[in-house]
Amino acid sequence: MVIAADAAARRLGVHPGMAAAMAQALVAGLIVRDADPAADAQALDRLALWLLRRYAPVVATDPPDGLMIDITGATHLFGGETATLSNMIERLAAVGITARVAVAGSYGAAHALARFHAAPITAIDAGDHAPLLMLPVAALRLPAAMIDGLRRLGFDRVGELAATPRAPLALRFGSEVGRRLDQMFGHSSEPFALIEAPELIRVRQAFAEPIAAAETIARYIAKLVDLLCIVLEERGLGARKLDLLFYRVDNACQSVRVGTARPIRDRKRITRLLCDRIETVSPGFGIETMVLSAPLAEPLDYRAGNSNLVDTPVADISELIDVLANRVGDGSLYRLAPVASDVPERSVRRVAALASEGGSDWSGEWPRPSRLFSRPERIETLALLPDHPPAAFTWRGIRRRVRRADGPERVFGEWWKRDAETVAVRDYFQVEDDAGERFWLFRAGDGEDPDTGAQNWFIHGIFG
Amino acid sequence: MFSGTNSEHESSLAIRKSTAVPSHAALEAVRERIRQIEAVDRICHGALAFGVAGIDARLPLGGLALGALHEVAGGGNGAIDGAAAALFTAGIMARTSGKILWCVTRRDLFAPGMAQAGLHPDRVIYAEVGDEKSVLACFEEGLRHGGMAGVVGEVAELSMTASRRLQLVAEQSGTLAIAIRRWRRTAEASDFGQPTASVTRWRISALPSAPLPVPGIGRSRWLVELIRARAGECADFIVDACDDQGRLALSTELADRSAAAPYRRVA
Repeated sequence: MVIAADAAARRLGVHPGMAAAMAQALVAGLIVRDADPAADAQALDRLALWLLRRYAPVVATDPPDGLMIDITGATHLFGGETATLSNMIERLAAVGITARVAVAGSYGAAHALARFHAAPITAIDAGDHAPLLMLPVAALRLPAAMIDGLRRLGFDRVGELAATPRAPLALRFGSEVGRRLDQMFGHSSEPFALIEAPELIRVRQAFAEPIAAAETIARYIAKLVDLLCIVLEERGLGARKLDLLFYRVDNACQSVRVGTARPIRDRKRITRLLCDRIETVSPGFGIETMVLSAPLAEPLDYRAGNSNLVDTPVADISELIDVLANRVGDGSLYRLAPVASDVPERSVRRVAALASEGGSDWSGEWPRPSRLFSRPERIETLALLPDHPPAAFTWRGIRRRVRRADGPERVFGEWWKRDAETVAVRDYFQVEDDAGERFWLFRAGDGEDPDTGAQNWFIHGIFG
Repeated sequence: MFSGTNSEHESSLAIRKSTAVPSHAALEAVRERIRQIEAVDRICHGALAFGVAGIDARLPLGGLALGALHEVAGGGNGAIDGAAAALFTAGIMARTSGKILWCVTRRDLFAPGMAQAGLHPDRVIYAEVGDEKSVLACFEEGLRHGGMAGVVGEVAELSMTASRRLQLVAEQSGTLAIAIRRWRRTAEASDFGQPTASVTRWRISALPSAPLPVPGIGRSRWLVELIRARAGECADFIVDACDDQGRLALSTELADRSAAAPYRRVA
């Protein structure tokens, strides 16, 4: 029997559930491999562990082909939900896995959307039920026989089923239909079987009485960090990512994830990073267990202290970077590094805040403005062609007379990037108006040949 | 707060000075007393001199106080684009040593331009956040750490409470803090008159530069107004903008004039 088929095979009419002999008869030269469920399960476990290391503290496998991830409290490291998801899809695609991701308020809904929604990335809000109502009943994770039965009764969509009184359904199909509907709409919770990895560094603290106060949580965080640091020390490691899981009395699990720029094993710093995020945890009726783990740990590099009495010690700013990155996101903390490009908007690239220092600078005698518009703005000008600066220009409704000007600085398009830039030219001028304000203007085109640009004028930046 | 009344006290003294000169010794005694009261909970971290005698002489510590909050805004259109203010700040930061944290909400700073004021790109870490509240939070966090040479935050609103928090944290860590005030509309720039806990307040406006004997553009020229200085007097300077080391220079035409005559006023 066919267990799985790739996209090419599906196009030729091979479906899972079909007899293998029939498929072979249908397609000449079909590659058939024996199914190995045990290896599949192992691979899924490995994938889950990788996701745990990289994305979120709560990951569980959903055999045969699914993974459930609780991304609450973990997306800030990537700069938001959508950014996390697209990063996930790209990374998986890079290793040859075609993934479909959905985010929703409940696992049932996310499960259904990932499998039955057309887009590879779907994200809906917790209270948004409209997209769910349009899904087929097969999305409800019911046994195949039950789905057939529902179809025979005329239920095609989840919406139709949800609008029907429960009692007759329960009489005919048992409580399963109602339970799955509740799980999809988030009315009832679903237990998670978290992935267990023996090599994961993990410490836990159970409480006789549930705790809820922020101060108490902070105190126990400090205790857990002490325990964790002992384990890290034994193995000679420093933590790069830390997960703190809170199991509440109502069986819900809340999580906090923090990342660090360099491996650390400093109790005070780890405690500070975790305590910074206490406010994102809602303790509900109380927390009965706290688990702290370090899913990503790297060998700690020891550096010699400054033994030179003459040099001033260089301050270690990685602590500050960690605190800020966990607050505003890793992506919004950066340094700018030069790129060898004459096109101004391409001459700058972002690098990580603690990336090694290139030491290089933008060389060039030509003045550059201190503020550059992300998009050059059109201006009306009065200028002599081909290479005179404008005598006056109107920007945002204000007319300015040009007193002094310098230029042109000719920038050629980068023909190796886009065909359109093969002959494109920009002529940059630095101009000063009556009041002494200085602007960076350019003309698209060289002033003679219409192929090089439309000869329109733009303002691109302001000098200080 | 004592420091607020202190500056008013000083300026009223300054007004009187122009009409009838009070006994110099008495004035010094009062100043000394104020200094003593202030020094109880204030640690002095030194100052970063501008290297321009005319400006440094007007500042109480002979330069921009380290471990203190300073405000910089642009004048006229500069209040919106903040181009000159950013360059003035970059020039100051270029003369410190160590890393700089620059907190922004808008991504229009052009690093090559800042590098031309002497601020090497390797030294600046940008924190680009969604709103001004986060800018202030990052600003404060950067100051608290103490390992940064300076922290810059671009904000439109700076309340008394927010500025006092920044000032206190800066005092404790000794980090130079500069708030670039930048508004969305020119009308909002009147907010710059509201009191804050900053130690100095500067306004940078562009002036027409000196004509060159050949076609082209020379070094740009700024009107640098010291609008408020704690324990100091207000002053205006006409300077040539930052060179590639971040240094200002008194304008060549004005440098040779007598110091007392031009551009002096009392707030």
